Amino acid sequence: MEDEVAVWAAAVSHESEERALLAALRAGDDRAYERLVTENGGRMLAVARRMLRNDEEARDALQEAFLLAFRALPRFEGNSRISTWLHRIVVNASLMKLRSRRAHPEESIEPMLPTFLEDGHSTDSYCDWSESADKLLERSQVCNQVRASIDRLPETYRTVLLLRDIEELDTAEVAGMLGVSANAVKIRLHRARQALREQLDPHLRREDA
Amino acid sequence: MKSRIGKVAAYRGEEFITCQEVITFLLEYLSKDLTPEEELHFERHLAICPSCVAYLKTYKQAMHLGRAAMRGETGAASPEPPELGIELVRAILQSRA
Repeated sequence: MEDEVAVWAAAVSHESEERALLAALRAGDDRAYERLVTENGGRMLAVARRMLRNDEEARDALQEAFLLAFRALPRFEGNSRISTWLHRIVVNASLMKLRSRRAHPEESIEPMLPTFLEDGHSTDSYCDWSESADKLLERSQVCNQVRASIDRLPETYRTVLLLRDIEELDTAEVAGMLGVSANAVKIRLHRARQALREQLDPHLRREDA
Repeated sequence: MKSRIGKVAAYRGEEFITCQEVITFLLEYLSKDLTPEEELHFERHLAICPSCVAYLKTYKQAMHLGRAAMRGETGAASPEPPELGIELVRAILQSRA
């Protein structure tokens, strides 16, 4: 009971702090703007770096995101947390940069997907990995392999994997941001996860398998 | 409702959906988007196919690894967000003008 009261009190206090910050921003308070940038900018830069894989472009995307946010502040109704609102804005700013980058036709994801015999059986026989995900994450070599495998995904699939699994946006929201159907997002997500699994499998299989 | 999962193979005199069907509809299975009938087909296949059980398990592990590795959540403590630096903060604040 005491815990519930503490959680409730923290939520109320956070909400009133957000309302005060928003009012100060709308009043043009310089310190409020500085607080907005310093408290949220680092996490937003991390998002832009994950999506763009280029520090200079990520910094540009961050600046553009804040510019958009400053302009949109009068219309922000406070229906979500300020940090959530800024997260969406930096994701969109990064997506715009990714779109402007795409000049070449994308490679196919098909070679990274599982294959089947004519009767529907898998060509491969799958087995467990050597350790649990948490144990594997303790090895920096595995973390590097995971990041490199995500980087190798064709951009269309990498973007959906990042938005759904890493940035934790929902299917409808990702569909809206990318201008595609919810079904297309689901298909791309499933293929991206399959391709990630397939690339990691040879490195992480049990040695006796 | 007509099942989307149609391809079947015989095993010990009974019909089961194939590994291809299981792997193709895995996302719907994990998101609980299958009909009860489709889910039953899934469960029956998984009960006799250790390879698909391993696929399902490693698919979920790959998701977990991807999230944690990309977010830098690989230890007990959450990672600190990167520093912006004074110049970048200044440039951002100047864009208000």
